[in-house]
Amino acid sequence: MRGRPLLHTSYAQDMALLDTPAKRLWAALLVALAFALPVVLADRSLEVLSGAYALAIGAIGLNIVTGYAGQVSLGHAFFVAVGAYTAAALSAPPGGRTLGFGLTEIWIWLPAAGLAAAAAGVLVAPLATRLRGLYLAVVTLGLVFLGEHVFKEWKALTGGPGVGREAAVPRLLGYPLDQDGPLGTKEQVLYVLMLALLVGFAVAARNLARSRVGRAFAAIRDRDIAAAVIGVPLTRYKVLAFGVSSFYAGCAGGLLFTVSGYVEPGSFSLLLSVQFIAMVLIGGVATVSGSIAGALFISLLQPLTRTLPALVPLVSADTTRTPNVFQVETVLYGLLIVLFLVFEPRGLVGLWIRVRGYWKSWPFSY
Amino acid sequence: MSGQEPVLQVEDVRLGFAGVTAIDGVTFDVRPSELLAVIGPNGAGKTSVFNVLSGVYRPQRGRVTFLGQDLLALPPHRIAALGLARTFQNVELFHNLTVLDNLMLGRHHHFRYGAAAAVLWFGRARRAELAARERVEEIVDFLELERWRRHPVRLLPYGIQKRVELGRALAMEPRLLLLDEPVAGMNVEETEDMARFVLDVRDELGVPIVMVEHDMGLVMDLADRVLVLDFGRPVALGTPAEVRGDPAVIRAYLGGAA
Repeated sequence: MRGRPLLHTSYAQDMALLDTPAKRLWAALLVALAFALPVVLADRSLEVLSGAYALAIGAIGLNIVTGYAGQVSLGHAFFVAVGAYTAAALSAPPGGRTLGFGLTEIWIWLPAAGLAAAAAGVLVAPLATRLRGLYLAVVTLGLVFLGEHVFKEWKALTGGPGVGREAAVPRLLGYPLDQDGPLGTKEQVLYVLMLALLVGFAVAARNLARSRVGRAFAAIRDRDIAAAVIGVPLTRYKVLAFGVSSFYAGCAGGLLFTVSGYVEPGSFSLLLSVQFIAMVLIGGVATVSGSIAGALFISLLQPLTRTLPALVPLVSADTTRTPNVFQVETVLYGLLIVLFLVFEPRGLVGLWIRVRGYWKSWPFSY
Repeated sequence: MSGQEPVLQVEDVRLGFAGVTAIDGVTFDVRPSELLAVIGPNGAGKTSVFNVLSGVYRPQRGRVTFLGQDLLALPPHRIAALGLARTFQNVELFHNLTVLDNLMLGRHHHFRYGAAAAVLWFGRARRAELAARERVEEIVDFLELERWRRHPVRLLPYGIQKRVELGRALAMEPRLLLLDEPVAGMNVEETEDMARFVLDVRDELGVPIVMVEHDMGLVMDLADRVLVLDFGRPVALGTPAEVRGDPAVIRAYLGGAA
């Protein structure tokens, strides 16, 4: 009915993902605009955005386990690494310097990367049934250090620190997505691929969140004993949360390095986990749109901070000098997390809700 | 009421925590569509009995049989799936979720679809969710929660939160309902509302109820039978009139020569 956007005459309408015409319109416009960007933007900008979309998939994953299910995980970088190396090893040509199986089709290595990471997640999950809160955070932190060591030493897989290896090679039915071709430049094709995958993963996460599974996650987060007493099997759902979250992380890992074409074991340090946590907290805890907004925010911050050495002579681009631009970034993530937690715990999504509320009730302040 | 198989049988249950005995030798049964009240001074072990029944605590001795099933071997979520629902003394709702989502969670074990169907949504998951929503709306109606539907429960007044918790238990379609102090901390109006809902649950839905409550007026007016506990031991079990005159009960509450 025109002009009555909140008049729902069936439960189906009431429970729809986009429940008002305005939401449907804006969502469609936003997706259309995003798909139109390759025509407008330079390849360099598309590269940054492609990376941001891959990170957004990972951030949605972290939000599933930490935001929705309330299990604080500092080990997200580890699962991203498992996915990245599974994808890289599967798609690399066999008999090279590093492990390779020659399966370059993306529909093979992407799900495989997700599943390998999910398997790792399911193995770690039993810890979450024993530990809560800070204790779980510390144990998952250990996972990152463990992974860092293994990836540095396992040179046949990772190429070793400072050397690295080629990342996953994306081909779709024989068409190389990582080379300039009839469909557009490499950056344009990869951008569209990442965007399409992000939309798919985001819709899947929203569906999961509004289902019995998402509700069970939230129940465990808010009151775990009450959740068990009303019929939610705690162990099963904690394992599921870690599994799904790690699946997202693994897929993100597989995709993340196809843009640069190169993986180095040093990438999977605690800093990457902290970046994901920053995305979730800055974007908005327990929201899918927040995860995407947070990933975009953090990714677009980087090109800005990287121009700092040129503008501020004190900040060096050299990692051996202090203060350098990477240290500034780390401090900035911490600062942003603190500021958001103090002033807007709901993150960017919260800011948006405030803006929306302001315009809805204008000219009244309540 | 008499002559039918009891819904729940509790036999000689003993529960202790490292030297402290919480309940000892508690025996009672609950008959179909009966309201059994459990009373006793603070620390008598009333809530501990509930925690044994819902699987949160595991007693050292005794038997608990619910509809022919031994409950002591089962984890809490399996007990819930059998149809044993409860509310808590201090409201234990899912604070960040709306009233609707809290009630939908009560139906968790009635859903049959898994994570894969949930991700795809269209088809099985959607049908199941829509059907569940209809059942949940009946409870919203029954408990007069219409105006709070979309509110996160942490923002609701205490009396309404208690009502939502009852709603969540009813959404489980229980075959036995445990109410832990349903009117604690409520004003007169809220208490009368809750009393009306409790009676409706027993009389309209035919669900037997075990109720722990300190409001003696309410207990004497509503209960079919009353179980009195003192220091974890059963002191008396009978109709409100019988229990009221029992010297052992008076001694438990007021003290006196043993």
